[in-house]
Amino acid sequence: MAGKSEEGRPRWLAGVMPYKEMGYWKPDYEPEDSDIIAAFRITPQDGVEPEEAAAAVAGESSTATWTVVWTDRLTAYDNYQAKAYKVIPVPNSSPPSYIAYIAYKHDLFEEGSIANLTSSIIGNVFGFKALKALRLEDMHIPREYIKTYQGPPHGIITEREMINKYGRPLLGATTKPKLGLSPRNYGRVVYEALRGGLDFVKDDENINSQNFNRWRDRYLYCMEAVHRAMEVTGEVKGHYLNVTAATMEDMYERAEFAKELGSVIIMIDLTIGFTAMTSMSHWARKNGIILHLHRAGYATYARQKNHGVNFRVLSKWCRLLGVDHIHAGTVVGKLEGDPNAIRGYYNTLREDKVPADPVQGIYFDQDWAHMPGVMPVASGGIHAGQMHQLLHYLGEDVVLQFGGGTIGHPMGIAAGAEANRVAVEAMIKARNEGRDYFREGPDILRTAAKTNAPLASALEVWGDITFDFESTDVPDVLELPTPVR
Amino acid sequence: MATGTGLKIRQGTFSTLPELTDDEIRAQIQYGIDNGWAVSIEYTDDPHPRNVYWDMWGMPMFDLQDAAGGLHEVNRCREAFPNHYVKVSLYNPKLTKQTVGLQFMVQRPGHEPGFRLIRTETNDRHMHYTLESYAATAAPHGDRYAD
Repeated sequence: MAGKSEEGRPRWLAGVMPYKEMGYWKPDYEPEDSDIIAAFRITPQDGVEPEEAAAAVAGESSTATWTVVWTDRLTAYDNYQAKAYKVIPVPNSSPPSYIAYIAYKHDLFEEGSIANLTSSIIGNVFGFKALKALRLEDMHIPREYIKTYQGPPHGIITEREMINKYGRPLLGATTKPKLGLSPRNYGRVVYEALRGGLDFVKDDENINSQNFNRWRDRYLYCMEAVHRAMEVTGEVKGHYLNVTAATMEDMYERAEFAKELGSVIIMIDLTIGFTAMTSMSHWARKNGIILHLHRAGYATYARQKNHGVNFRVLSKWCRLLGVDHIHAGTVVGKLEGDPNAIRGYYNTLREDKVPADPVQGIYFDQDWAHMPGVMPVASGGIHAGQMHQLLHYLGEDVVLQFGGGTIGHPMGIAAGAEANRVAVEAMIKARNEGRDYFREGPDILRTAAKTNAPLASALEVWGDITFDFESTDVPDVLELPTPVR
Repeated sequence: MATGTGLKIRQGTFSTLPELTDDEIRAQIQYGIDNGWAVSIEYTDDPHPRNVYWDMWGMPMFDLQDAAGGLHEVNRCREAFPNHYVKVSLYNPKLTKQTVGLQFMVQRPGHEPGFRLIRTETNDRHMHYTLESYAATAAPHGDRYAD
């Protein structure tokens, strides 16, 4: 680095200097294959030029502080400084916002630690005064850094082989009401849903160990239900026992008990934090248990277009630290989600090579270096009558969770489960036969319902229910130039 | 759904649908062939849900072009073992997959005795569960269904 800044001010003179002039803005920088690259949506304060705002983000998310420090000169600071190298205006944005590309040497981040990665990338910078708002849209993770993570304890393929189910979406349901049921009544819901035809039932995010439903009793009744259902159906069943608790010691204790009872799967909530999730991921790998993640709380920072962290980035972090399931949106259900953006999340979670695609909001080509994929989970306001849409938008490597759509069935829980199972099998069969199942979906379902009363009843009750609201966050769609990689 | 009136084992992708006709079986095999998958036929007299290794009806057919050939082998297997479970397994050998792409039953015995759930109680209501095929406890392998 030259001894003087662009403005001619000596670089190392004590005092405050624009980040741009401290080496954090390098428009001629060409990222290396091993760099981590972040795409931030930045909304500078009035009067702050975008290059300076981008440089400030680069500085604050790597080595900088607010003033010049001579101790930089004890380091190879060129290596450790993040470099903002490109700023592109977002068309028609008001107030004006920009996509800033920032490259980081992977030396900056501890191996295998999402906690460390996020402390830099989404640490101090999000409260930075020079910005009105800041959003992390996407990250390119190089192979060198991917290989420092365990990844999913098992992944999609191993999960399917563990439960011996192939070629169709898996089916689940969340026990409802999610709070208030006693363990014994709770287990009844689990048993009925599993014997009727679901593969999994799930604890909800906030059922942990309350005074009406302590964890140990819930686990005992749920595993009785799981094994009874296996007895009467002859297929492998599971219930996601939520081990989320106040301390790691509590979580390990609950996970061990779930294992001893023969559960194939446990679950955690995003609220436990990245380090706790990583610890449970390692436990799950070691103990041969599938790990389900409920993304409780994610929308507090993932939903708004101008500020926070896009869910596609959270998806990448979760694949790296390692979960086997993650809730990733439904397209057609009751919860937020643009179809193209959700397809992008699903691709990011499942595929080995994910190409940049502005329509899906994906900024970078991502090569996962054969790290196993995470099974996305679609949950919230979906029902059997949407099966053709669900298969079309979400594909077959997905868990479709019908909570109300199972438990609210007029003929009972087992009938609700059976309706969902018959619907998914009929739709897969039709697709494999080469039919235009997306267009003919309602016909396919009606035909299957002729020999299945529960499905007929489900179509009658829910056939017309849709949730059609405009999404609060859609990709810009316009071609934004992306780096070579 | 009634329980306790005999059992219809729910294994394979289409186990809640009416039994597939020969034409429907052929269409599913063709779907696998079109994806580049190998066609296997397997049979067993122990349908325990964790019995992964059913007996193979010959080698997987890696180079099959026409699903009619697969259906032909299905029928030969069904003739040879009319009271066994028979399934078609379509295997995807591609990198990052290397697993079954689709698996479905094409025959089940007329009477399915099902399973016995064995509970071993220990302290503090702790329970260990074992699932046992009635068919497998009644007679040794190869001698379970009157063929």
